[in-house]
Amino acid sequence: MGIISRGFAGRSREHNPELPPGQYLTEDFPVLSAGPTPRISTDEWEFTITTENGTVHRWSWADLMALPIEDVATDIHCVTRWSKLGTSWRGVSLDTLFAGVDTSYGYTMAHSYGGYTTNVPLADLLGGKAWIAFEFDGQPLDPEHGGPARLLVPHLYFWKSAKWVRGIQMHKSDDAGFWEQNGYNTYGDPWLEQRYS
Amino acid sequence: MTTTAPVPTPSVWKVGVVASVHTETPTARSIMIDVPGWGGNLAGQHLDLRLSAPDGYQAVRSYSVASAGPGERLELAVDRLPDGEVSPYLVDDLQVGDELEIRGPLGGWFVWRPEQTGPVQLIGGGSGIVPLMAMARAHAASGSTARFKLLYSVRSPHDVFFAEELASLASEHFEVTWVYTRSTPTAWPTPAGRLTPAVLEAATIPASENPAVFVCGPTGFVESVADWLVALGHPAASVKTERFGGK
Repeated sequence: MGIISRGFAGRSREHNPELPPGQYLTEDFPVLSAGPTPRISTDEWEFTITTENGTVHRWSWADLMALPIEDVATDIHCVTRWSKLGTSWRGVSLDTLFAGVDTSYGYTMAHSYGGYTTNVPLADLLGGKAWIAFEFDGQPLDPEHGGPARLLVPHLYFWKSAKWVRGIQMHKSDDAGFWEQNGYNTYGDPWLEQRYS
Repeated sequence: MTTTAPVPTPSVWKVGVVASVHTETPTARSIMIDVPGWGGNLAGQHLDLRLSAPDGYQAVRSYSVASAGPGERLELAVDRLPDGEVSPYLVDDLQVGDELEIRGPLGGWFVWRPEQTGPVQLIGGGSGIVPLMAMARAHAASGSTARFKLLYSVRSPHDVFFAEELASLASEHFEVTWVYTRSTPTAWPTPAGRLTPAVLEAATIPASENPAVFVCGPTGFVESVADWLVALGHPAASVKTERFGGK
C-alpha cells in the first residue's frame, strides 16, 4: 500500500479477474516499437529455426500458408500497462514449426526484420502457447503491428511477441534480447508483474 | 540495431513531493518533483508514477522525464487526455506539497549521453517534445558542441511546451525549426499545415552526416516521419522512436 494521493479517486474501480495486476483495459491497439517500421513483402519474407549444430529449417510465405492454420482467441498484455481482452488472431503454432526440429537447447532468441531480438524459453513456445501470427481481427496484420507476421506469445508481456519475426535461434542459456538488455525482465510474466530487471 | 549496456532499473517506489507546477499549454502543465534518492537520470528516460486512492485503489502510468542529469529534483510535463484517469488529476488537481510515488529511471534505449559527439536530430510532435527537451537541456548543460537540431510540430503557438526555454537554448549548436499544423504565430512566413517530406528534408540534418535521430509523438506522426527518414536515406538503426496512442 502506497501513500494516499490527496484528491485522487481513480476510475477503473471494478475488479476484472482477467486483468493481470497493474494493467488497465484498452479498446485501442497501441503501437510500440523502437524504430521505423520495417516493410517486408510476403514475397521476400521467410522464417527460419536454427539449431545448435547449424541446421537451418526454412519456411517461405507459401510454405507457412500450407501448414495447419489455427484461430487464436486470447488476451494480450503490454508492459506499458494496457491489456486487450478477447483479441482474435490466425497463425501457425510453434508446435507445428518445431515438429521436425531436433535440439537439446532449452532457450530461444527470436530475431526480427529490423534487428529486434527477444529471448523466450523453448517451453514457452511449445504446448499450444505460441504462434507465428499473420492475421488480426480478420485482417492481414498491419506492418505497424508486426505484419506480415509476428510472434504471438500471449502468456508473456507483449514485447516477447516479436514483430516482423524472421527467425528463431536456439540458445543454450537464457541470453538477454533487446529490451531485456535495456532494463526489462528476462522472462516477463504479466501475472507476476515481471516488468523490469 | 545496436544495443546499449544494461541500465539498472530500481524496482523500489520512492516518495516524491511536488515542488512547483507551471502551466505549459491550456491542456498541459509541467511539474517539478523532489524525489529523495532519485539519483538522477539520463536524457530521454522515463519513470513510473503511482497514485493511490484512500480505499487502496492504485493507478500507475509511465511518463517521460523532461529533465536530465544528477540530483533529486526532476521535471515531468503532462498533457491532459480527455478520457484519461491519471493525466487529468496531474494537470488539474495536483498541488505543491502533494506526494507521489515514483519508480525509475527506466529505459536505456531512447537516451542521449553527453559523451556522444555526433550530430543529433530531434523530431517531436505535440507532447512528444518531453524526452527531447531532456536531451536539449543535457546538451546545453554539458556544454556539448555536438550539432543539435530540433523539429517541433505543434497545432498552434498555444500548444508549445517550454517555449521560452527553447528560445533561450538556441545557439550555434542548437537550432529549432517549428511546424504549425493548425494555426501559426502572426506574420509567420508559411501557412499552417502538416509536416511534409519536403519540409522534413529541408529542416533536418541530412543522412549524409549520419545523425542520431530521435522521434517522439503520436503514433501516426512517428510512423510517417520514420518512414520518410528511411526514404531519405537514414539507416533504420539510426532512427529511434517513441510513440503514444493507438492506431
